[in-house]
Amino acid sequence: MPLMGVDTVVVQSLLPTASQPSPSTVTLEVRSKHVVADGVVSLTLAHPDGVRLPDWTPGAHIDVVLPDGTARQYSLCGDRWDPYSYRIAVLRVPEGRGGSAYVHDQLALGARVGVGGPRNHFPLVPAERYLFIAGGIGITPLLSMLRQAQMTGADWQLLYGGRSRASMAFREELTECHGRRVQVAPQDECGLLDLAAWLSEPAPGTKVYCCGPAPLLAAVERACVGWPPYSLRTERFTAAAADPVRRAPFQVELRRSGQTVTVTRETSVLQAVRQAGVEVLSSCEQGSCGTCLTPVLEGTPDHRDSVLADHERAANDCMLPCVSRSRSARLVLDL
Amino acid sequence: MSRVQATTVMPPVHDADPFAAEHLEHPEPLHQQLREAGPVVRLSRYGVHALARYQEVHASLVDWQTFQSGAGVGLANFRHEKPWRAPSLLLEADPPHHDAPRRVLREALAPPALRRLRDVWQEAAEDLLDNVLAERGEDFDAFDALAKAFPLRVFPDAVGLGPDGRANLLPYGNMAFNAFGPVNDLVKSDAPRVADLSAWVNAQCAREALSEDGFGARIWAAADRGELTQQQAPLVVRSLLTAGVDTTVHGLAAALYAFATHPGEWQRLRERPELARVAFDEAVRWQSPVQTFFRTATTDVEIAGARIPEGTKILMFLGSANRDPARWSDPDSFDLTRDPSGHVGFGMGIHQCVGQHVARLEAEALLTALARRIERIELTGEPRRHLNNTLRSWASIPVRVRTAR
Ligand code: HEM
Ligand code: FES
Repeated sequence: MPLMGVDTVVVQSLLPTASQPSPSTVTLEVRSKHVVADGVVSLTLAHPDGVRLPDWTPGAHIDVVLPDGTARQYSLCGDRWDPYSYRIAVLRVPEGRGGSAYVHDQLALGARVGVGGPRNHFPLVPAERYLFIAGGIGITPLLSMLRQAQMTGADWQLLYGGRSRASMAFREELTECHGRRVQVAPQDECGLLDLAAWLSEPAPGTKVYCCGPAPLLAAVERACVGWPPYSLRTERFTAAAADPVRRAPFQVELRRSGQTVTVTRETSVLQAVRQAGVEVLSSCEQGSCGTCLTPVLEGTPDHRDSVLADHERAANDCMLPCVSRSRSARLVLDL
Repeated sequence: MSRVQATTVMPPVHDADPFAAEHLEHPEPLHQQLREAGPVVRLSRYGVHALARYQEVHASLVDWQTFQSGAGVGLANFRHEKPWRAPSLLLEADPPHHDAPRRVLREALAPPALRRLRDVWQEAAEDLLDNVLAERGEDFDAFDALAKAFPLRVFPDAVGLGPDGRANLLPYGNMAFNAFGPVNDLVKSDAPRVADLSAWVNAQCAREALSEDGFGARIWAAADRGELTQQQAPLVVRSLLTAGVDTTVHGLAAALYAFATHPGEWQRLRERPELARVAFDEAVRWQSPVQTFFRTATTDVEIAGARIPEGTKILMFLGSANRDPARWSDPDSFDLTRDPSGHVGFGMGIHQCVGQHVARLEAEALLTALARRIERIELTGEPRRHLNNTLRSWASIPVRVRTAR
């Protein structure tokens, strides 16, 4: 599918070469920032050097690293046909843990921010029909799904609830582009979403995708009990806080070769290990192919890849050193 | 991305047929000519554009938005030519259709999913080597006895195939990889078997034909969870059977040939068997078992000033990129001290070989077993190539080995 409004594209050759390692994609720059609804800002992030970002699929999120070193997950809601930028939309959560306040108040145009991923726990599976149900900022992962559903020729509908019209991001572009497929139901006008009307009849062949606040997810789950297994897919915005990542340099001990290297913010673990003369096979250097997977013997990695599943990350017994870093002052690798 | 620049240049034209026997047999001289001719070369014989330099091959492999696979990754343009079989849901598909099959296969073949195979394959490699030495002694055909035998012994089991008909796997793959080229003599000689080989392969993709614990069963389980449709599942299994056998056979053969002709590198591997993985990737770089794939321009595109119109087929020479002196120092040498990272022998980007970890695990098992037992390996005759439009293949690699005492 051609890029909209571009007649000819010029293939850029920003490539790793033997002497010049590929630019790390873990620090991005804020390229635009707009208020898109009451309490919601949308940000575009790009690489400072303008290189391609790792590919993603609808439903994916990235980790955004806050100044205190903790990370927050935000769904990608931009256009994957544009490989040079990511778009996220962030709701200010006054009672939250500070992630949204930082993004709203401090993350300015041109600011740099640490990013991990993208990863996808909420993939769009093939179906003839989709029913998308969004509550408030839960619209973000669904945005790119709608477009894909459209492209595959599936029949789809979106039920979009929120406190009030003004609080519902992307509402206008959705109704403009998709007309009757989109039903906007602000709570102050329509009350709670009429889930019974939408979900009471199980519809084989239809997948229900829901993202939003916990009470909405619970209500949708209840409404779908009579549906065939695997009909419903949900994503919840979790508040599970991970240990903070390190900004300070850390030591990496290469147990088999008996060396220790220091990894500063300027280099990746992979580069530091190579500088010590130890071979690690790599390929994409973007945390997406899995080639550089390395066993971890001690310490806690700061996982930034798109490869490992959550339980594999939690085991902390391996890492992708082309992008992943360290939470502990020392990592010991089986190299 | 930017709009087309004011002046566009006409790319140089070359009239070679890269699928002619002489070039399939010895691709390097043509690769060198194409690299030297320019970043983009027009191949007048087929009306396609060719990329032979690392930089442009890498850039177009990752840029799936501009260079699509959905119109076929062979010479045939699926926009107006009928594919010889239902197109692959991975190799010959673009996003969004590519997403779900890719995700399922990636998870089934990811390194953590392969852990349980490591010991089994290691043992199988040692066992195979014992048998070869016991039955054939120290003089044998390394292609036949090892490169071909090992994947055929472990991979169909890992997929979950039944015992019968496995001899069809290599001819089927050979046919599929020929089909990416023009309809030349190689394709014509496959023609009589297309129907029966396809029927056999398609039958193996059914749920009932597969054991309960293999890659195939995992694909069907994903379909049961709704991650694929029931119609997609057999085609995803078919991808394993098409892409997973001949590739590793000729990839392992490349490694064995490399060591048989580089005794110093063999000693290096024996001293440090942990180099096996890097050694295999260096062999994949050096020989590039998959030599070429096509893409189709989704829009008018400009590469290094040359304009390629929308809908044009573009032939990417992976083998040439892997020996581009602008990217690799001393590119023609097989060298274990080199870091082969970044080679495009497994492709790059969203279509990058989803089976690469499987291939590396097979190689690691076989090379480690050999390094343990074999002190020296050398050629005893001229190795013979088998010609295929896409795969750099072998027919025979006669060797003599000396076992460690
Ligand atoms: C040395 C061995 C191998 C080599 C050199 C190799 C090479 C490649 C290359 C170059 C591609 C990219 C195609 C493109 O960009 O259009 C590819 C894709 C693929 N390979 Fe491999 N391969 C090998 C082994 C395997 C194995 C063992 C499997 C299965 C277990 C496998 C399954 C696939 C599949 C399914 C794709 C398509 C992926 C997609 O389009 O998303 N390959 N391979
Ligand atoms: S090199 Fe691809 S994940 Fe690290």
